[in-house]
Amino acid sequence: MSLVGELRTSQDLLLNLTKREITGKYKRTALGQAWSLVNPLAQMAIYSLVFGFVLQNNVGPAHPSGLHVFALWLSAALLPWIFFTNVMTSGMAAILSNSNLVKKVYFPRYTLVVSSTLSWLFTFAIEISVLIVVVLIFGGMPLLYLPGIVIAMILLATLGLGLGFMLAVANVYFRDTSHFISILVQVWFYATPIVYPLTLIEGKARDHPGWHILTIYRMNPMERFSEVFRAFIYENRMPPTATVLYVIVVPVVVLVLGFAIFQRFEGAMAEEL
Amino acid sequence: MSDIAVSVNDVSKRFRMYAERNQSLKAALMRGRRASYEDFWALRDVSFEIPVGSTFGLIGENGSGKSTLLKVIARILRPDQGAVAINGSLAALLELGSGFHPELSGRENVYLNGSILGMNRKQIDAKFDEIVDFSGIETFIDQPVKNYSSGMYVRLGFAVAINVDPDILLVDEVLAVGDATFQEKCMEKFAEFRRAGRTVVIVSHAMGSLRSMCDRAVWLRQGEVVRVGDATGIVDDYIDDGHVERERDRERRDEGQARETVIVDGRWGSGEVQLTDVEVLDAAGRKTHLLRTGDPATIRLHFHCERPIDKPVFGLAIENLDGVYVWAHNSRDGDYVPERIEGDGSVDLAIPALPLQGGTFDLIASVVDYTTTHVFDFLRHCYRFDVGEGYPRESGGIVVLNGKWTGLDAKPSTAPIAR
Repeated sequence: MSLVGELRTSQDLLLNLTKREITGKYKRTALGQAWSLVNPLAQMAIYSLVFGFVLQNNVGPAHPSGLHVFALWLSAALLPWIFFTNVMTSGMAAILSNSNLVKKVYFPRYTLVVSSTLSWLFTFAIEISVLIVVVLIFGGMPLLYLPGIVIAMILLATLGLGLGFMLAVANVYFRDTSHFISILVQVWFYATPIVYPLTLIEGKARDHPGWHILTIYRMNPMERFSEVFRAFIYENRMPPTATVLYVIVVPVVVLVLGFAIFQRFEGAMAEEL
Repeated sequence: MSDIAVSVNDVSKRFRMYAERNQSLKAALMRGRRASYEDFWALRDVSFEIPVGSTFGLIGENGSGKSTLLKVIARILRPDQGAVAINGSLAALLELGSGFHPELSGRENVYLNGSILGMNRKQIDAKFDEIVDFSGIETFIDQPVKNYSSGMYVRLGFAVAINVDPDILLVDEVLAVGDATFQEKCMEKFAEFRRAGRTVVIVSHAMGSLRSMCDRAVWLRQGEVVRVGDATGIVDDYIDDGHVERERDRERRDEGQARETVIVDGRWGSGEVQLTDVEVLDAAGRKTHLLRTGDPATIRLHFHCERPIDKPVFGLAIENLDGVYVWAHNSRDGDYVPERIEGDGSVDLAIPALPLQGGTFDLIASVVDYTTTHVFDFLRHCYRFDVGEGYPRESGGIVVLNGKWTGLDAKPSTAPIAR
């Protein structure tokens, strides 16, 4: 079989595995696929209530879109965050949760991780579409930046997938990984300007100039992704070039590295499960 | 095009048996670099070749490395040394329906499982009707598979796998799925597969079917190759070897026990007459556990009566290891009913020429009253014996019919039958 043929068959496999993930996830639930929207909506409502109302978090009007809606400002970064963590954690679990398959059939194992990413990308696309529609209703103009949004989504998926590959391997060898990651995700969430604006950190950084707080803080790729998605969807402008470069280079490097690690351990996985 | 389908070169596979199987970070850190484990070589320097178009058997006791070898050939496990070269596409029937998602319908699962086994959408489309037809679950194909019975599940899994149409098919003990009709369909499909010149590799413990299906085989013992070659010869040697092993066990056991003890795993009866020993004797009257096809033999039942018994009926039956009830005969049907027995004694059943093909068989012995409704003593599997190759030599199955081919003008081959 030629290489092209091999790729074609594994393309069908990817498609079928992704379909399994998507349709299998909400089978036998009354709301079905709608659950994928209910979850982020609920989180958005909770955070809006807590941070927007109770904590009186002041986020100024966006420039140049002129929008001033906390829930939309929040969603523009929260939805990418939820997507990212879903991709990373489900990628991590992909091999272990399909261990019966991995132990009994030979097929390219990466398809399990990739298909879980693709299935979340599908949900993410719906969520972002809904968000864009709502922003349009409120008078924003995100449509101009649609290509940018799509590319940013793919880059974010790339980052999550790369980490998912690494964690999938780690999870096979050390089952502690998943517990450790669930704590890390919580810390990471508050280390990223999702429920509070970056200006808050910038203020603190100015108070302690010697600590390089901002430099370290901005190394977090999710901080950069929040900036990108907010710029495109909420503020309707191009993000700064440095940030654009950052969100291209880091995900690609992480994916290349993650895939290399995954391939290195792929062959030995069946006996470790 | 080379005529070797699978070439196994010096393959060794090691498993690490950890003293504590603790897959946690803490355990790894605590152990440091010196993790305590013992190496277990499931396969050691295994080399052989499987020719294209052959049906190849992997034979060996449990734990001899057959399944590991199959998984190495299927690329599920990676050998620690050596390599396996595969010529053509390959599919493995290791566990049927293992890729099924319970919430998805049969139809969706056919596509899913088909693509896992390496088919693309077009190929599945083309085969879909055949797959459904073969599995025989047309009416349920749009139901979620979690509602399927285990038989339906396995049948659909088998139907998908067999329709992948690989050049090489690996099969692990999955021939025993479904009811008799379905099994027949499977065997037909295998035959079709072989006729199409494809290669089949089988792991099985059913020696009879291996002997009739395979043309070549490899015999593994503790991860090493004992012999490679013609399937019939290897199956026979394997059975003979198993016999020797068991004989040793038996001797060891006998040393510690009184001679009269009958080894049983099922015994009941009222006990007025007890069967004290069961023996199989060869032509020379020696007790034996190995007979050959066509040999004269005698089965002797020793009994002890608590009180005199009128018109007892003795019964004997033979089962093979698959539990097939091969034969039974009792002394009333044999028109041999003594008026009265008392004390100790024995009764013989003489067999002029043993009409059994090679295999291992168990005896069932009983003594009942004349009405055959009251059981004095019943011994299940009280004596195990092996049948080795003898004369006449027939191709397969359980019994020998001593059939002769006639009706055409054919000369008997001058060369002896290959062994």
